[in-house]
Amino acid sequence: MTDRADITKTWKLFIGGAYPRSESGRVAPVTDIGAGAGGKALAYIAQASRKDLRDAVEAARGAQEKWAASSGYLRGQIIYRLAELLDARREELVESVRMSGRLGKGRARGEVEQAIDRTLSFAGWCDKLDSVLGGRNPVAGPFHCFSQIEPSGVVAVVAPQEASLLGFLSLTLPAIACGCAVIAVASEKEPIPALVVAECAPSSDIPPGVLNVLTGMRAELVPVIAGHRDIDAVVASLDPELAKIAQIGVSENLKRVRLIDPIERFTDDTIWSSPRSFQSVTEVKTVWHTVGS
Amino acid sequence: MMTGSTTHWEYAPAPESTKVEIKPQYGLFIDGTFRPAKSGTSFETINPANEVHLASIAQAGAVDVNLAVAAARRALKGWRRAPALERAKYLYRIARRIQERARELAVLETMDNGKPIRETRDEDVPLAAAHFFHHAGWCDKLRWACPTASGASPEPIGVCGQIIPWNFPLLMAAWKIAPALACGNTVVLKPAETTSLTALRLAEILQEVDLPAGVVNIITGAGETGRDLVAHGDVDKIAFTGSTEVGRAIASTVAGTKKRLTLELGGKSPNIIFADAAIDQAVEGVISAIWANQGQVCCAGSRLLVEESVADEVIEKLQFRMRSLRIGDPLDKNTDVGAINSRAQLTRIERYIKTGIEEGAQHHEACDGTVGAKGFWCKPCFFTGVQPAHTIAREEIFGPVLAVMTFRTPDEAVARANNTMYGLSAGIWTSRGSKAYEVARQIKAGVIWCNTFNQFDPAAPFGGYRESGFGREGGRSGLSAYLA
Repeated sequence: MTDRADITKTWKLFIGGAYPRSESGRVAPVTDIGAGAGGKALAYIAQASRKDLRDAVEAARGAQEKWAASSGYLRGQIIYRLAELLDARREELVESVRMSGRLGKGRARGEVEQAIDRTLSFAGWCDKLDSVLGGRNPVAGPFHCFSQIEPSGVVAVVAPQEASLLGFLSLTLPAIACGCAVIAVASEKEPIPALVVAECAPSSDIPPGVLNVLTGMRAELVPVIAGHRDIDAVVASLDPELAKIAQIGVSENLKRVRLIDPIERFTDDTIWSSPRSFQSVTEVKTVWHTVGS
Repeated sequence: MMTGSTTHWEYAPAPESTKVEIKPQYGLFIDGTFRPAKSGTSFETINPANEVHLASIAQAGAVDVNLAVAAARRALKGWRRAPALERAKYLYRIARRIQERARELAVLETMDNGKPIRETRDEDVPLAAAHFFHHAGWCDKLRWACPTASGASPEPIGVCGQIIPWNFPLLMAAWKIAPALACGNTVVLKPAETTSLTALRLAEILQEVDLPAGVVNIITGAGETGRDLVAHGDVDKIAFTGSTEVGRAIASTVAGTKKRLTLELGGKSPNIIFADAAIDQAVEGVISAIWANQGQVCCAGSRLLVEESVADEVIEKLQFRMRSLRIGDPLDKNTDVGAINSRAQLTRIERYIKTGIEEGAQHHEACDGTVGAKGFWCKPCFFTGVQPAHTIAREEIFGPVLAVMTFRTPDEAVARANNTMYGLSAGIWTSRGSKAYEVARQIKAGVIWCNTFNQFDPAAPFGGYRESGFGREGGRSGLSAYLA
């Protein structure tokens, strides 16, 4: 026993600001299948159940209104701090992306750095959405009429299987930036980067419940998301079969569903930092007020 | 406003004198021409105010839907590539022709729908013209309205299937067609089966202005025609205005396809009167909110929430004003309350009124004027003593039935207002601007009217939160629903 033994980590879920195990007790190993690693089990992650998902929705609902009522300036500073914290854990993130074997170390680093920069970009969006997408409506009558951009409410994100950090943040950050609360299902293939984000969230001052992260099987979780009446919107990167199940959820409670092509790589900043990212996670509210004595 | 007894003045009849020609039969408008349905079937349309037969209308079957979609597909290439200002010219022409034929359209709408001529003349038809005029101007400015990553002008979606309701037949056709065309799409429009006539008159206008064949196709029919259109494999987008129930069914049909979808559905909208409101104005606003168009309005203010300290005063004034509303011949310019659109809708409204009484709320109904033995009539009414759990406080009635409830604090008003699965509109009556904007912020609804109600404008986005649907119509947000 000359070598020091590693402390293997069991990653847990992130629900309502706490890190519970799955109530189901299920865990799955994460193995390093990167070049030359030999498929060794490096860590264990929790497998969320439908009960965990329902708990996360409850936590999100409880946190959403207060988060939405906070100023865009405050939300911007909190997301900026998340970028700071992610940058400090950059090496760990690169390693966690690399070990799925999808990318070599150099490209993994590129993806992580772009993801952190995207976080910075969305920090800046928080207090500018209304300037770009809302505004005064020049109506013909004696009214002051304007449209403001509001969060849809509780949003379920199903992150892409690949682009495990960049895709996860590209879909999650717009919702958080505009004042939604999110239940994000991490990549099944590369779950750890999303769990690192979950560990940074409390230190960045994202309030408990505003971001919830689940790991587990999307085939099990997507039908529960579709049928859940207290989820207002879904943004999901899914294969056609699960995509259809998610879409049928529209007829449950008219939730907004935005589907992302599973082959999307999220590398184009002009698209993924653009206002298009706020589709389905925002609502336009038009307010009229009489003008006159 | 006086609330005591008043001298009763008789109104002399003031019928609208414009005569409108209605053909005995109408075909489908496909590829620029009117043609009989391949299905070989037709249905009848009547005047709901006297049950007089108006016309026989072709019923589009699956083959007809195919032909219409194919015509729209053929027309798409030329229309989307046409210089933007050329597209604009056609939309401007349509707006001008609607204005020129305004009185005829208003009379026809009133005959087919049952709503008072005062409304079709002053609201429906001018707004329909405004919608085309406003969107005509957008055609060459889309790249500034909805910028793309490349900086190029955004692309249209393609062939749009549009299904509209019977409560604002011509206006809804304008809301659907104008933005679709401005963005370079082509259209297959299906009007509601009880109100096809003004859409078909609009088709005549499209012929008059030489709109290229196939750019707009209008197919008449009932639910089956709509289902064929929604399920059609060569339609790129479905835009639907109607009930939440049908909206859900459409969402299920569209699931698993690449079709884009926007839904403008039902509502149970709150109208909140605070004690510091100008009460007389607020009462007038309540009348417009729930009794305009016989309450057959998706955004109708069907739940009145009154601050407890002014509840007696509001109810007394409401009672007084309700008594003075004139029900009767929709073509009479003095008529405030016209006919319900169909027997089926009248039956539905009557069932809700019965339920309201059975569940223990107090029913108040009254109005002035007289109605004939025929036609579908429902007196304006309101209920007091309504509990939030009562059916009439939860479900959309789509009729002149108001549920009155009270509250004590702004927080309670907001909680009650949001206690619904819908989120289309809300009214707020207060003389304090800061309070109005704060309550507006807290209410989950797509359109909020402060010290007014039922205002519409092509520049102002309209559409709902939650189960009132998704997507917006009007303004820049409305354009994005028709761009890829």
